[in-house]
Amino acid sequence: MSETASERISTEAVIKAARLSRLDLTPTEVARMTSQLAGMLEHFADIDALDLSAVEPMTRPYPLSNVFRQDVVVQGLDRDEVLAHAPAAEEGRFRVPPIVGLDG
Amino acid sequence: MFRQSLDWTVEMTTIPSTAAAIADAVRSGALKATDVLEAHLARIAEREGEIHAFNLVTTDEARAAASRIDADVAAGRDPGLLAGVPIAIKDNMCTRGIATTCSSKILEGWRPPYDATVVQRLAAAGAVTIGKTNLDEFAMGSSTENSAFGVTYNPRDITRVSGGSSGGSAAAVAAGFSPISIGSDTGGSIRQPAALCGVVGVKPTYGTVSRYGLVAFASSLDQVGPFSTDVRDSALVLEAISGHDPMDSTSIPQGPLSLRGVLSQGVEGLRVGRITDMPGGADPDVTERLEAAFDALQAAGAIMVDVQMPSMKYGLTAYYLIAPAEASSNLARYDGVRFGMRVNAPDTNAMYSATRSAGFGDEVKRRIMLGTYALSAGYYDAYYGKALKVRRLISEDFDRAYTKADVLLTPTSPIVAFPVGAKSDDPLAMYLCDVYTIPTNLAGHPAMSVPFGTGAFGLPVGVQIMAPTLGEQTMFRVAASLERSMISSGGGR
Repeated sequence: MSETASERISTEAVIKAARLSRLDLTPTEVARMTSQLAGMLEHFADIDALDLSAVEPMTRPYPLSNVFRQDVVVQGLDRDEVLAHAPAAEEGRFRVPPIVGLDG
Repeated sequence: MFRQSLDWTVEMTTIPSTAAAIADAVRSGALKATDVLEAHLARIAEREGEIHAFNLVTTDEARAAASRIDADVAAGRDPGLLAGVPIAIKDNMCTRGIATTCSSKILEGWRPPYDATVVQRLAAAGAVTIGKTNLDEFAMGSSTENSAFGVTYNPRDITRVSGGSSGGSAAAVAAGFSPISIGSDTGGSIRQPAALCGVVGVKPTYGTVSRYGLVAFASSLDQVGPFSTDVRDSALVLEAISGHDPMDSTSIPQGPLSLRGVLSQGVEGLRVGRITDMPGGADPDVTERLEAAFDALQAAGAIMVDVQMPSMKYGLTAYYLIAPAEASSNLARYDGVRFGMRVNAPDTNAMYSATRSAGFGDEVKRRIMLGTYALSAGYYDAYYGKALKVRRLISEDFDRAYTKADVLLTPTSPIVAFPVGAKSDDPLAMYLCDVYTIPTNLAGHPAMSVPFGTGAFGLPVGVQIMAPTLGEQTMFRVAASLERSMISSGGGR
């Protein structure tokens, strides 16, 4: 654990979360993020004292499940209209840089 | 008296201040939709420079829509419940062919290929979309300061924030730019800016209004709702936009809400709950108005009851773990592939990171990071898992409270509108603004803010009315009663 970190979150954990989040953070941003997240997590420690062993998690407010529609063809989005506002498109598809092989 | 009359005159024609009155006049042919629109565009030209409610004013599209309404009336066709009423739409709702930015750089250049269901339904009811309103980026914030396009200032005092995240929609109505507007509410983002700007704002029951075309922030919490200058207009808008939508799998399979008919019913015999263990922190000028609201309802025949919500104080923690966790997942789609901006890089992974780092603002990055951390291996049980259990406790608190009370009353915001910049450097202080609004989002219940006089510096104070799932009719009866008591006491609305 580095010296800027609290017990709640380490600099290393922040760097790992940034990688998982696909965010590039500068060392200054990592330091600020670590201290801000640590402050929040300290505040959120108020629930640590609760005994939650018998409580079911609640993921959504209104009990709807297995929501299906009729299996009929409906009009989808217009492909050309969708691609017209993409950053790059080619031959009716989204165009992206190479997926593997260039970063050694 | 903080609310000046919004009636004004254009070329000898008086334009009413409410959507209901405008729609009546347009439907009967007494008023042209085009004149209504021009009057509002003139208002915008006059004050938008100092308020910045809009990311985009859609003048041309609005003029075309208003002309169609007038043509319909001339041809004997009824344009609908909201005929010719200008409406402002929060810029996180998709409008086909019209820029939808979420006040983020990352959506630069994107024009949605479809309309949100709410936008479709408003158009079908004859409303005229006048523009897209500013918000905290991706609806993450309580002040509309975290926008890539600048701050929205409070029309009551332009040195202060408008609240957030739907600050632009609240300010648009408060400034008279449109009589009604649409926002989204994940943890208070309609109610808190409504309170700070002195207008009515409603978060309906989760599943009542379709989210198809609402850009997702936290999917188990997000809900769409109206702003208006009076209670009846919010009822009117909700009747137009609510009801089942097969395009949203969380949409409750039932017809539209029916609300205007209950507004005159009064509150005789209704049980109004006071939360005796409500988390503290509200300023005295705000709690004074809450007490006045209890008194007004009692005078109107309601019965006061005490309830306990022992887990309410943990709402902030549960919310600020659950909402960022869901956001970190929802915002994974902004990767430079399908919409918005891209920062080029030699391979896709580098392109994703470069695009997201350049496109997202600080608060959005902070929430993505917090959510990713709360969901990551080794921390899931300690943070996200626990938060979901606390969510259950809060929901059970409400269930118990609603066996004793029909509605609960709290302040909407613990404080009146604060000066721009006052909380910018302290994210946690900003989060505390949501302490009274968050619990209903966690439970999925309806809640609304009604302006109820003024507090410090003559700034508006909102009272929050909360009700159980699908309790909108009771909630609106209480809101209408509070509004009547304000009017009869000479305090305006």
